[in-house]
Amino acid sequence: MSAPDVTVIDYGVGNLLSVQRGLEHCGASVTLTADPERILAAERVVLPGVGAFGNAMRALEQLNLVEVIRGLASRQTPLLGICLGMQLLLEESEEFGITAGLGLIPGRVVPVPAQSVSGQAQKIPHIGWSALQPSAASSWSGTLLQDTRPGDAAYFVHSFMAVPTDPAHRIADCVYGGHLIPAVIGRDRITGCQFHPEKSGEVGLRILRRFCAD
Amino acid sequence: MKNIRLIARLDIKGPNLIKGIHLEGLRVIGSPGEHALRYYQQGVDELIYMDCVASLYGRNHLGDIVRSAARDIFVPMTVGGGIRSVDDATQILRAGADKVAVNTAAVANPQLITDIARRFGSQCMVLSIEAKQVGPERWEVYTDNGRERTGLDVVEWVKRGVAQGAGEVLLTSVDREGTRKGFDVPLVKAVTSAVSVPVIASGGMGKPEDLLAAVCEGGADAVAMADILHYKRADIGEIRAVAQAAGLGVRNYERT
Repeated sequence: MSAPDVTVIDYGVGNLLSVQRGLEHCGASVTLTADPERILAAERVVLPGVGAFGNAMRALEQLNLVEVIRGLASRQTPLLGICLGMQLLLEESEEFGITAGLGLIPGRVVPVPAQSVSGQAQKIPHIGWSALQPSAASSWSGTLLQDTRPGDAAYFVHSFMAVPTDPAHRIADCVYGGHLIPAVIGRDRITGCQFHPEKSGEVGLRILRRFCAD
Repeated sequence: MKNIRLIARLDIKGPNLIKGIHLEGLRVIGSPGEHALRYYQQGVDELIYMDCVASLYGRNHLGDIVRSAARDIFVPMTVGGGIRSVDDATQILRAGADKVAVNTAAVANPQLITDIARRFGSQCMVLSIEAKQVGPERWEVYTDNGRERTGLDVVEWVKRGVAQGAGEVLLTSVDREGTRKGFDVPLVKAVTSAVSVPVIASGGMGKPEDLLAAVCEGGADAVAMADILHYKRADIGEIRAVAQAAGLGVRNYERT
């Protein structure tokens, strides 16, 4: 069997080396590109991203990739958004004013609560390892979390969180200051991870392996 | 409850992992790659690489070490030592680092903190502070791996650094570093009380129980460990178990 092909969208935000190394570790053959044709023809696509929502959307627009990524959904191409790449999947973000996103999953990107449920100030960004738990309406079977166990911890670094409107699109949460933070969201063959699977040890690699087999 | 992070710190000179006392008298421990992989397999939460002699020679040599580590280590890596410009930071991030730690160059030019934070995000910009006690509840900032004094007060400097955009602080007690006497808890507390970003306590961890004071009394969000791991006086699993038994939140890690 040949190595599964993964195309990582290279739109100038963040460090793609770690994502690439993580996927290669899982046996994938990785292509980094911003070429619309190659992305549309890809077997599966990763949308990475670090930084501000508005800058990332502008970069995607300048590269004519917004419609391309939306097109992946109608082609049923498996798509994995990581961190900011997950947030971009939603309709809009409150970061630095309201900015429209890709709109592949209904919902909004809002700040991580600055106070815990007990009213204490908490550190923002949320940095560190948090345990994953199934969201209320979710089963992990058939998702990228198929091989993940509730309680497995993943590495998060974020100040905003992607909240789907429909609870059915919410797959896993983590808890920060008593608040439930969406950790994995999904719709059809689109998945978003708030944490960095490429920085989450074996737990993250299992998720990437599952994506490569999708 | 927030999970504290257990971080392995690897001080590097040339191709070697080294360890000193008070950041001096460096002794060769072995291969950075082998040690880093062992800590990863034990479930370490993050790695910090510091090029100890970089400031002296004006450049960071860790690119190759980090590039090779990024092949089979999948936890966050912070790299510091001799990072003097946004270009230096870009190079080291391209090699596979997730964050850069800046000390000497940030003291010389605080604008560098802002420039790196704007370019890569605050979460990427770790302010590294080497602190020496100079009086009761007073610490001075040192640079060049504990060799040069700056006249800056640690608490004033950390506030300035965070205002400039630092997203995290690596706080090394030069007095405790390599001594196994435990963390300088009053120093940690002074810094965690002054800023709201995460603080990594570094220097002095002699036994697993030492981390409890740094976290519970000092308010540290993470502890950096070197000596205790390099000399195999405890492994990450044992240290995690001590933290857990004391009721601290740690990453749920099962050996696979």
